[in-house]
Amino acid sequence: MHELSICQAIVAEVERIARQHEAAAVSSITLRIGPLSGVETVQLEQAYPLAVAGTVLAGARLVIDSVPVRVRCRVCRQETAAAPNRMVCARCGDWRTELVSGDELLLASVELDRAGAPLQ
Amino acid sequence: MCETCGCGLTGVESHAHQRLAPVHRHEHENLMVLTRLLAHNDEAARHNRSHLDEHGVLAINIMSAPGSGKTSLLEATVQRLRQQYRICVIEGDLATDNDARRIRAQGVPAVQINTGNACHLDASMVHRALHEIRLADVDLLFIENVGNLVCPASFDLGQHRNVVLLSVTEGDDKPEKYPVMFRAADLVLIAKTDLLAHITEFSIERAERSLRSIASAAPAMGVSCRSGQGIDAWCEWLQAEHHALSQRRPTSELSRPHHDEQPTQIEAEAR
Repeated sequence: MHELSICQAIVAEVERIARQHEAAAVSSITLRIGPLSGVETVQLEQAYPLAVAGTVLAGARLVIDSVPVRVRCRVCRQETAAAPNRMVCARCGDWRTELVSGDELLLASVELDRAGAPLQ
Repeated sequence: MCETCGCGLTGVESHAHQRLAPVHRHEHENLMVLTRLLAHNDEAARHNRSHLDEHGVLAINIMSAPGSGKTSLLEATVQRLRQQYRICVIEGDLATDNDARRIRAQGVPAVQINTGNACHLDASMVHRALHEIRLADVDLLFIENVGNLVCPASFDLGQHRNVVLLSVTEGDDKPEKYPVMFRAADLVLIAKTDLLAHITEFSIERAERSLRSIASAAPAMGVSCRSGQGIDAWCEWLQAEHHALSQRRPTSELSRPHHDEQPTQIEAEAR
């Protein structure tokens, strides 16, 4: 259950960005999360409203883009889909694969709400 | 949707666009960021690692489920290596300093971190603990993480290597059940091998197969603190790692757990 720590990291980063861009509020944020990041998106979604209450993120929509696990075989060089608990090459079956995607834990984008900013 | 900027707001009076004006004001701005969510922790971990490297301290992060034998392994390791290396231990537990006291009883310093309800150590906790240690007087630093096969895997502490214990009472399919943790391992120690005679369900060969099925190249080594089986090989691994680190100094190339050395494409962009 470290999803709350992750949410706190999100709040800190988004508050920094909002300050930097002089935004009054944030209307949505998009995360990019792979299953091998160790973060459960369902738990993250549950922890999120608690963590953002009273922050610049209060009321902001949380969008999570799930990233699939993909591996590239070091033997046959083929890139294939994989699962977190089965990462062998889907083509030749060799276990010596490298991760192409699936362990991302990223803040991809932030939609800033500039309502109230003076018209130019 | 607003046809001028496509921002999804309708009928809001303040949402004004000056048609054909060279600059029109966006109420909403979608900012591409691509920051690692644990960037703050990663930064603290880099700071720890550079302190450790500066003093030639090899830092080993030891992780496992609760009760797999992390502290017993450290007791046996200290007994074996304390003549050769200056050893220090950071102990992570939710509560009590029982483990730190066990380590101190072996004649080496130990710093206890109590995490309260937190399920893992993070880099800033380790940073605070490092301030209680004279790194110039240390060769080997063990960080015993909170007993947990899930959360500790996500937090870089600044260590050089990750060692994951899997005791034979836990089942040989653990790597597939906890792929994030076991993929982070540079070495897997199959602990309590003295019990293998009684726990016939556990096969070291199957545990290794489970490890390969998650594409981990980490060697698996059996150890028993009771019988002493495998402790020599484990200590030789530590000696080789310490030697490798001392050879790398004083270059600026920092050693990290293998797992973190190859960022995925998106991660690479984010760094």
